[in-house]
Amino acid sequence: MSTFRSIVFSSVIAGFIVGLVVTAVQQFGTVPLILRAEVYEKAATHKHEAAAPPQAILVHDHADHDHGAEAWEPRDGLERNVYTAGANILTAIGFALLLCGFVAVRSGATGEQMSWHEGLMWGLAGFAVFTIAPGLGLPPELPGVPTAPLLSRQIWWVTAVLATAAGLGLIVFRRSVPAAIAGVVLIMLPHLIGAPELEHVETNVPSSLSHQFVVAVTLTSLVFWSLLGSLTSAAFAYFDRQGPSQGSSARG
Amino acid sequence: MSQSRTAQTQVTQAQVTHLPIATRQVGRLAQSLMAMTLGLFIVGVVGFSHIDVIHNAAHDVRHSNAFPCH
Repeated sequence: MSTFRSIVFSSVIAGFIVGLVVTAVQQFGTVPLILRAEVYEKAATHKHEAAAPPQAILVHDHADHDHGAEAWEPRDGLERNVYTAGANILTAIGFALLLCGFVAVRSGATGEQMSWHEGLMWGLAGFAVFTIAPGLGLPPELPGVPTAPLLSRQIWWVTAVLATAAGLGLIVFRRSVPAAIAGVVLIMLPHLIGAPELEHVETNVPSSLSHQFVVAVTLTSLVFWSLLGSLTSAAFAYFDRQGPSQGSSARG
Repeated sequence: MSQSRTAQTQVTQAQVTHLPIATRQVGRLAQSLMAMTLGLFIVGVVGFSHIDVIHNAAHDVRHSNAFPCH
């Protein structure tokens, strides 16, 4: 079996399982908090519209196309949860493909299949890179909490992820003092520059709810990455082991 | 004499088998990079696309993963 096929098979299987597990975990953790925050968000929107004169509402509607008032959205309840499950599975498959690429390169270089335990360590690295690092500057946010412009936050998020991944890579794989220092500086850099934020934030969403959300997101993400790391590496070890015995001498 | 000949054969065999392994390594790297690019593309669409319909479908997932949203 070619490496690409092994990666795709392992990622789809691991991503499917992790996506379903995380969807179940979210139903008890993050989703109830999102729904509660949306009550505050909607109350604030209605109050705002009632208080504004008709002319102002028109102007507001034109300026606020971002929310796409007329765009399709899933109905609350089963439909919304089905789309959430689908998006969770796709996200897990996407991250599994990324992770499994590293697993394949690593096991190719060492000549040994990666154990589920080493895969778990790679998963934890993913947790640090994709949750902890960007979450320091841009903590998980509930609907209804005003935030800086979307694009600027997305750019900072990607920068923090790239810098943390590169920094960790330098520390782990280049075992020298200058590389370790450069790695630590690289991880700190996006935070020293600072994430985009609003000067003045006014929201009805209680801060206790926001705090609970940060904890719920971080713990769910820990489950996500731990499972994804160990399952992806175990699945890849299984599929990749099938390869050499089936005449990989010519193409591999 | 025969010993040295055997050693020579071993060396030749080692040289012969080295090349495909090196080629296989390159193939493995390229295929891994392809899979990683595909993975990043999927995460990018689900978590970062500005298209309203995709945003609305993946709304709860974006918030739950702390992807920048709204």
